[in-house]
Amino acid sequence: MGTTRRTFVRASLATAASALLPISLHAQQAPPARRPIPSTREEIPIVGLGTWITFNVGDDPLLRDECAAVMAAFFEAGGRMIDCSPMYGSSQPVIGYGLQKLGRPSALFSAEKVWISSGAAGPPQIEQSRRFWGVSKFDLVQVHNLLAWKTHLPLLFQMKAAGAVRYVGITTSEGRRHDLVEQIMRSEPIDFVQFSYNVVDREAEARLLPLASERGIAVIVNRPFRQGALTDRLKREPLPGWAREFGISSWAQLMLKFILAHPAVTVAIPATTRVDHVRENLSAAAGTMPDAAMRERISAHVKAL
Amino acid sequence: MSEWWTYRAEDFLLFSPRVYWRMFELHNAALWPLHLLMLGAGVIIILLIARRPGTGARWVAFILAICWIFVGWSFLWNRYATINWAAAYVAPAFAVEGALLILASLRDGLAFGRRGLTAWTGYLILGFALAGQPLLAPLQGRGWTSSEVFGIAPDPTAMATLGVLLLARGRLLPLLLPIPVLWCLLSGLTLQTMGEPQAWAPYGVLALAAAAWIWTMIRRRGSPDMRTADVLKESRT
Repeated sequence: MGTTRRTFVRASLATAASALLPISLHAQQAPPARRPIPSTREEIPIVGLGTWITFNVGDDPLLRDECAAVMAAFFEAGGRMIDCSPMYGSSQPVIGYGLQKLGRPSALFSAEKVWISSGAAGPPQIEQSRRFWGVSKFDLVQVHNLLAWKTHLPLLFQMKAAGAVRYVGITTSEGRRHDLVEQIMRSEPIDFVQFSYNVVDREAEARLLPLASERGIAVIVNRPFRQGALTDRLKREPLPGWAREFGISSWAQLMLKFILAHPAVTVAIPATTRVDHVRENLSAAAGTMPDAAMRERISAHVKAL
Repeated sequence: MSEWWTYRAEDFLLFSPRVYWRMFELHNAALWPLHLLMLGAGVIIILLIARRPGTGARWVAFILAICWIFVGWSFLWNRYATINWAAAYVAPAFAVEGALLILASLRDGLAFGRRGLTAWTGYLILGFALAGQPLLAPLQGRGWTSSEVFGIAPDPTAMATLGVLLLARGRLLPLLLPIPVLWCLLSGLTLQTMGEPQAWAPYGVLALAAAAWIWTMIRRRGSPDMRTADVLKESRT
């Protein structure tokens, strides 16, 4: 994607977003850093948008518009990857609603999942998901929580070979089944792996993150705030003075920087219902990142609180 | 599901409390003023049980059947299932409860006439379902617009049914009890997982109903006269 085209797309999105909410004043923040997807070297912004719980708003017109505003702010701040799953209730049609309202932003990097125990039901489910999003094809399809991975992965590789999907991946969350994740990472030619990793849940550092680097697999980090539990716990605690050197203003940004500073992490996907939070998350992807010693300090500080 | 022991109730909660309560607001707005008719139906149920325990029983079962089928279709199937795919699997259970109640209505499967502590507990639960449950929303600062009303929302409908079944005798009772009991458990678990204090309502109703049934069973075992009276009553139903 050329710079001229990207500039044009951003300007168009900013215009569309400003029609939704008075948020165009915030378009000045620094663009998020990018990292390459190892299998193709395509670069993507290191903060994406998760939709677990936050986008499951059913047919509620007010809440659907709020989700569309979050998406508008996300694209306006330079975000690309939106991640969803058939498991997430109405989140898929809500994303589709937002994309349509925003004029189908070309910056979108669509990350979906297949989540069904029957192998034969996989393709119809992916097709249904595609219709909900209103996209011509998904950039990434992952096997959700490794459900029926032995039947779904060959199909996804076939789809990739046929050009029906660009990347293939697997997911897990909250530290489950890391042995199997590791086994698949070693044996299958996947492009992406998704798992939970945050300032207090650091099991992935032992094997999965180094293995991803070694095998050239892009890493998506889910539940960066332990589904909001960490930000809730820390909201009454003052930010340490030494954290200010990263130009941050919140615990969420500090915890995101901790994750993003790991060299094996490709993108983190915090979920939110708030426009100010999505901007805050994207701004954590810009500027100075903590070094290894500082990461330890951040983790120790949060664990001690 | 692998490593099932590592899952918590929170892992199955797909929506936020705000979305959950907004759902009741939208549902109420779409159905108003049907609430008045449903509350009227609830009052009629109480009057029939109190004043015409013999002839009114089939109408009580019929009214409850309509409420279960309507709530299953309008709330669970059409609304709740949009944010919770599991609701699509629960909605048929509401239809089954409705069908069983219709059967009870057609076959005179229920009869009223209990007295004493069990009966008063039944009236208490029925009264709470009709008049208490709708107050919980405004009492917790959510306003009347998200109130849960009998015949419109599942919790008060299931609670009212438990109250009615506490007041009833009949061969179909063992079939009619499980679905309202399971719904109250499921709803309590959902509210508890969301961190909503209102979880005490379905749990409390279940605890009251269980205590009343246990009390009835203890009394039955201890009193041969009561067992004989029950047999005689059931033979007439």
